[in-house]
Amino acid sequence: MAMTYLEAVRETLRQEMRRDARIIIYGEDVGVRGGVFRATEGLQDEFGEDRVMDSPLAESAIIGTAIGAAINGLRPVPEIQFADFIFPAVNQIVQEAARIRYRSNGTFGVPIVIRAPYGGGIHGALYHSQSIEAFFAHVPGLKVVMPATPYDVKGLLAASIEDEDPVLFLEHKGAYRSIRGDVPDERYLIPLGEAEVKREGTDVSIISWGMTVNSSLKAAENLAKQGVSVEVLDLRTIRPLDTEAILKTAKKTGKVLVVHEDNLTGGFGGEVSALIAEHALFHLDAPIRRLAGPDVPAMPYAPSLEHAFLVTPEKIEAAAKDLAAF
Amino acid sequence: MAKAKAKGKAPAKKSADGGLSTERLHEMYYHMVMARALDERCWVMNRGGQAPFVISGQGHEAAQVGTAMALDPTQDFLCPYYRDLGLVLAFGVTPREVMCGLLARANDPSSGGRQMPSHWGHAARRIITGSSPVATQILHAAGVALAARVRGEDTVAAAFFGEGSSNQGDFHEGLNFASVHRLPVIFVCENNGYAISVPVSKQMAISSVAARAAGYGIPGVEVDGLDPLAVYQATEAAVARARRGEGPSLLDVKVVRLTSHSSDDDQRSYRPAEDLAAERAQDPLPRFRSWMESQGIWDDQQEQQLMIRIKGEVDDATEFALASPVPDAGTLLDHVYAP
Repeated sequence: MAMTYLEAVRETLRQEMRRDARIIIYGEDVGVRGGVFRATEGLQDEFGEDRVMDSPLAESAIIGTAIGAAINGLRPVPEIQFADFIFPAVNQIVQEAARIRYRSNGTFGVPIVIRAPYGGGIHGALYHSQSIEAFFAHVPGLKVVMPATPYDVKGLLAASIEDEDPVLFLEHKGAYRSIRGDVPDERYLIPLGEAEVKREGTDVSIISWGMTVNSSLKAAENLAKQGVSVEVLDLRTIRPLDTEAILKTAKKTGKVLVVHEDNLTGGFGGEVSALIAEHALFHLDAPIRRLAGPDVPAMPYAPSLEHAFLVTPEKIEAAAKDLAAF
Repeated sequence: MAKAKAKGKAPAKKSADGGLSTERLHEMYYHMVMARALDERCWVMNRGGQAPFVISGQGHEAAQVGTAMALDPTQDFLCPYYRDLGLVLAFGVTPREVMCGLLARANDPSSGGRQMPSHWGHAARRIITGSSPVATQILHAAGVALAARVRGEDTVAAAFFGEGSSNQGDFHEGLNFASVHRLPVIFVCENNGYAISVPVSKQMAISSVAARAAGYGIPGVEVDGLDPLAVYQATEAAVARARRGEGPSLLDVKVVRLTSHSSDDDQRSYRPAEDLAAERAQDPLPRFRSWMESQGIWDDQQEQQLMIRIKGEVDDATEFALASPVPDAGTLLDHVYAP
């Protein structure tokens, strides 16, 4: 049935919690209020306060206690209210959750899924708009999942909850209500580490993840009308990374545009570009291009400034068109 | 001998032996002496060039063993820190395992030689792996307790840390989280007065870590950490409270630090010689031995026999570890993710 990205998050959580009594949810305002975005609305009513719990406003505590609960047999799905607020918990995520399996020689694991809404374009200014994936994609031991569509939300969230390792599940706030799609009722899993070609094309490859996949698809549609055939590869998870799919599309079209909302320098687009340069250079017909947010500390509030920051379908269209003409 | 000064709710009055049988008291002393002997052997191996790093628990043994013996190794969990040799021994870790950790052998149960020594972890002994950034384990203990409650298990989680760690956000977030949700946790501060070189007077503007419990509405109890029976009784009361569903407690266990912070430190450069001598005179081991003698449950012959036994076990552990294989370099990439 058709539903929004946000509804896909909620209904997947509901379906998984009905299936597995080990799953608990907690975070700031996730209980009675059902989350500031309503992602957990109705879940406390159905599953009770022991399984859907409001926590104190303290991100390190939310993640640190989830680690302990996971070690003692639960499957916690903690929510960080905005990705921008995850930084007090970085020590627990990076030094603890991500390193516990390795440092214990495989004797302990931390199966937690940290849900965090990321991204801008919703008048959230500097501290409610950030894209944080590059910080975490750097960390072995962690998985970073960024779905673009309601269908992928469901399959990736269920797979993340079933995963034995810590997963950072980043949901784009702009997608919550603006992106709709068909989602089957039955449970299904999308393996972490499998990219998907969301649109086939022959002239240019756009490689993206999260919300900018949707913007890239819009750009591709417009370009098709102008006779430019664009392939859109959605990475879906950036760690683990589907290197094979990246190289395949790069070799197919010979022209690659990497698109992300996070700022350019040190962004994950650099990693994608380096992989192509290392392994597919002689298949390229043009230099790899990156289109990303500008290198400013974060997204400003005023609509004019916010719009200027965003990686819009128009900017993607222009960059892809330029690359096609190279 | 036993005395616990209660800031919150006073533990129930107990007899001087804490209600422990002679056999259990002997066991308590055995673990304390074993912890000391192993620790000393670690320093010998370090100074002899066989172990690059040692971090010590000398002076903390009474606190650690007294706490461990009030917990149940079959259902409780430990979240220790790097000084907790006596604690983990009393929870079932063997001297051989300790020495394999010191020498980074493949069969080190904590990490297979991946972590520095004394970063305890032992899945079979319910000891949760710890890291070097301090106080993170306090939140893990609260989470373990949360899971126990959701699962309906009668588990108590115990977190151990120094007074320096009580300045970290994770300490305060952990006590708050556990007290809001009335979780079965005990927070045990092994307060030796120093965070490496920084004395407690420069770490906090109050004299007692126990006082910090008031901010979270839970009992904070100052305990003489040089007396294993005082520690045992205080822990027993905190554990009973946790099992009754009344929530967490904070124990501020005053101990001495008889060694430098680690093998890379020299505390003579920042602590006056007379203070070091005074702490040495407070050594919990001879004190407990004297007390047992005064109770007529220990004598010189038993002491001699114990020393022979301990030396034999420490020698065995050392030889076992020296003969154990180092990790194969081919395992470097193992265990990043589940197979």
